[in-house]
Amino acid sequence: MRKVYTRIDQIVGPVVTLRADGVRYGELARIRLQDGNSTYAQVIKLRGEEVSLQVFAGSKGVSTGDEVEFLGRQVQLAFSPDNLLGRTFSGVGEPIDGRPALQGATDIDIGGPSFNPARRIIPHRMIQTGIPMIDMFNSLVKSQKLPIFSVAGEPYNELLARIALQAEADVIILGGMGLKYDDYLFFRAQLAPSKERTILFVHTAADPVVECMMVPDMALAAAERYATAGKDVLVLLTDMTAFADAMKEVAVAMEQIPANRGYPGDLYSQLASRYEKAVDIEGSGSITLLAVTTMPGDDVTHPVPDNTGYITEGQFYLKGGVIDPFGSLSRLKQLVNGKTRDDHAPLMNAMIRLYDAARKVRQQQSMGFSVSAFDQRLLGYASEFEQRMMDLNVNLNLTQQLDLGWEILANHFTEAQTTMPGKLLVKYWPKRAQAA
Amino acid sequence: MASSTETPANPASGSAASAGAPTGRVRGVSGNMVTVAFDGRVRMNEVAFVALQTAEGVNARLKAEVIRIRNGECDMQVFEDTRDIRVGTPVEFTGEMLSIELGPGLLSMTYDGLGNPLDQLAVQCGYFLQRGVYLPTLDRSKRWAFSPVARIGQRLQAGNAIGTVPEAVFQHRIMVPFGLVGTAKLIEIAPPGDYTVDHVVAKLEMPDGEVRPVTMVQSWPVKRPISCYKERLLPTAPLTTRTRIVDAFFPVAEGGTACVPGPFGSGKTVFQQSVSRFAEADIVIVAACGERAGEVVETLREFPELIDPRTGRPLMERTIIICNTSSMPVAAREASVYTAVTLAEYYRQMGLRALLLADSTSRWAQALREMSGRLEEIPGEEAFPAYLGSLIAAFYERAGLVRVEDPNLGQARGSVTTIGTVSPAGGNFEEPVTQSTLAVVGCFLGLTYARSYAKRFPAISPTDSWSKYIERMRPALEKNYFAGWVDAIKRMQGIYLAGQRVGDQMKVVGEDDLSLPDFVRYLGSEFLDAVFMQQNAFSEVDASPSNARTALLLQLTMAVIDQDFGFRSKDQARETFTELTAAFRDWNLAAEGTDDYATLLTKIQSRLGSGGGRGRAAFATA
Repeated sequence: MRKVYTRIDQIVGPVVTLRADGVRYGELARIRLQDGNSTYAQVIKLRGEEVSLQVFAGSKGVSTGDEVEFLGRQVQLAFSPDNLLGRTFSGVGEPIDGRPALQGATDIDIGGPSFNPARRIIPHRMIQTGIPMIDMFNSLVKSQKLPIFSVAGEPYNELLARIALQAEADVIILGGMGLKYDDYLFFRAQLAPSKERTILFVHTAADPVVECMMVPDMALAAAERYATAGKDVLVLLTDMTAFADAMKEVAVAMEQIPANRGYPGDLYSQLASRYEKAVDIEGSGSITLLAVTTMPGDDVTHPVPDNTGYITEGQFYLKGGVIDPFGSLSRLKQLVNGKTRDDHAPLMNAMIRLYDAARKVRQQQSMGFSVSAFDQRLLGYASEFEQRMMDLNVNLNLTQQLDLGWEILANHFTEAQTTMPGKLLVKYWPKRAQAA
Repeated sequence: MASSTETPANPASGSAASAGAPTGRVRGVSGNMVTVAFDGRVRMNEVAFVALQTAEGVNARLKAEVIRIRNGECDMQVFEDTRDIRVGTPVEFTGEMLSIELGPGLLSMTYDGLGNPLDQLAVQCGYFLQRGVYLPTLDRSKRWAFSPVARIGQRLQAGNAIGTVPEAVFQHRIMVPFGLVGTAKLIEIAPPGDYTVDHVVAKLEMPDGEVRPVTMVQSWPVKRPISCYKERLLPTAPLTTRTRIVDAFFPVAEGGTACVPGPFGSGKTVFQQSVSRFAEADIVIVAACGERAGEVVETLREFPELIDPRTGRPLMERTIIICNTSSMPVAAREASVYTAVTLAEYYRQMGLRALLLADSTSRWAQALREMSGRLEEIPGEEAFPAYLGSLIAAFYERAGLVRVEDPNLGQARGSVTTIGTVSPAGGNFEEPVTQSTLAVVGCFLGLTYARSYAKRFPAISPTDSWSKYIERMRPALEKNYFAGWVDAIKRMQGIYLAGQRVGDQMKVVGEDDLSLPDFVRYLGSEFLDAVFMQQNAFSEVDASPSNARTALLLQLTMAVIDQDFGFRSKDQARETFTELTAAFRDWNLAAEGTDDYATLLTKIQSRLGSGGGRGRAAFATA
């Protein structure tokens, strides 16, 4: 019934072009290779009779005489709420864990339309992670989308895995893009204890580049299904820079005019349409999104982190093995940290202000200047703060974190030096002899 | 393009009877751009519908706009996801330019970039937006209490009032359609009564005898400015935003323009939300253009609950939200800023002060860039189209203070004030969108990383920002605050800069090698920053100080800075300023009339000599 085309006119990068008619934009096609294998491809441009397809497995080995069959449907994910959990899939949604295909699955569209902004609610549920630099200083909120900015050497996957284990969520969906095979094995091992709530979509660095582009859509399409069914879903993506680079590769193959450092002009919109899937649905579930974005050359003005920063609700900066308190920001924190304890926000601000002052003193000290008595206090405070709060291995609940904050302040400053509101000082300042 | 040699399916030969709506067929699809071969007459910026059928057999008509006509084909940007369109899919042209419906019932609504009410869409389609669903901008069933204003026989022009209906706290003018050319005679007008927007409330006779019915709703092409006013005036009064650093140091004029660039995380959104809540405007139009949906939600959910102290009504009643967030179709994002400014101009025409907050114009520019790329135009800087600068200039020029004259309602002043945020790539203000914007606005409020890193909010740079309006508004500002205000502000600016220079010096030479007077100068500058320039947007009290309170705060701040405390050591000076900073900050958070307010004020004044008394006197008279 379906027409089969046997002549491919052009093969450039992962994009093949042929003549065909009646083809839908975005339609899925199957290409039968000479060696008997077949691969899928998606329509990305129509021009008269000319149809351009991006080949998921890449164009290696595709010949001009391969059979192309258009399937009359869009790219879909086989979804089954119970049987997806604990499984591992490729970027195009095929099981790669050696277990059989899904039973009783229905095909669902991916990359679906936007959530109606008028139906969104103000995020209000905090997710505790046990990490002070998150919970106390930059609280994570359900439905929030946050990138983890870092450079290649930082332990971002370790941090992601830790959050996956410690954070409160019903379903964890991990989307790996351009993962080193070691990292893939690491995640599999780390997340094994919570396997029954975890789904993996994995594209490794050795896999075809187009599959990399599909990972976020697959992961988020599944997440949407769970969220509308009342589940709180945490989606972890790593690494979005690999995703953007994959887009760049395809755009260049399509001869699109690059906008900035070779990336296509729609980079912002492409990233945004994924990140904006994060949502808290009234009376139902939620999607929270954490995405590692590596910054080539530690450059936050690189187009990928830069565009990401404008889309997301803040960012975690992973620097020198810790979450940097100056660069990190959770824009939604004030929606929840006013409801935790009355000292939460002012204490957080005071501690950061003093840490910033200490940082400046350190700079001056490194230039050989002598330091004043007050500067000495700042320096002492800074090192205690770093040891007892910033270290990523610290695992405390929020109350413990706040109490620790007051204790550290009192170890180094007088009440007035903190410039905290008088009322809070009366209520929380540790009642004991002042430290020298 | 290789395709230019292809022959369109229907060559434009049989176009004799082109008056009827022409039809076309899709020839190509690339992203959100479709190329259409058409038969008949097609107009630039005309709206057309792509009538497709999905693989599942669902029919959808996707709205699109003609953006280029070339070689007998036209390129259209589709305001929806283009999947499932095929070569040969039929296209229906409308002959109408992209327009928005204007009439009573716009206030407190939330629309997408094309004017579809999002709440009603949710009722019809559920949680997710559905493509190809378009709803009328105005409620068709709601009745409005119409009072005629014009008289039978009167000669009217575009923009003249026919009657009014009450909307929120305003008299919404039902006006002669803005597109009417020349003068027309009113030959029929409805008696006072409750009518729906589609009811014919008047009939106009054109000079050629043609009779035109007028309803309460008219349609206006968004990309054309509404210019039915008598004249444009020079803005001389401030638009008070209640953000101290802006109102005092870099005031925005009513009818003026301001640009707020800032890297991400510098507090653009918080500033924007604060302005939308507290600004002294009659109508606030928030254009969430390509930004996060979450930001709009706060406005959406909170404004109906918040009471506008000046009217006693919910803030939402003066607000319209145009919400085309980042994951919504990019072509509609391009349209959204025009939709927003058209609404602002509409209310200006009624003699109201409209404030347009466009967040962010960079996303709009990026939408232009995406389209330009698809059109394969020769790119300008950073691949933005070469015409970016002129489009930005034209957009900001739609702001302005105008005098409208009505034969029955008399004269009135109306204004559109535009505050546009810019999201410069990499936080670099040298990029094309920031630069093109700075060339055409009257006020620059630059948000910086340095200030936000140090948690000095709002992170508007006191050194880089500027306002071209301050001298022009001197009389109005002195009336709002106190005589000598502008000079006082300028002196404070000088003190701030001098103190910051000492601070910079201190970073190089260290604190020890600094003289005590220099150090005090630095502390004074930091004090001014901490208690006056910084403001807590999350405190109900500090977020919106009255003019009188701002005046008093400036007097007290100046008194501290001018006071000779007779310090003997730097530590002593630092302690004094730390203590005063804490007292001032506490006072800023204390509501007027509370015990805290009085106690802290007394405490502050006790530390001051005559200056504190001056402050009190100024407060009493303000």
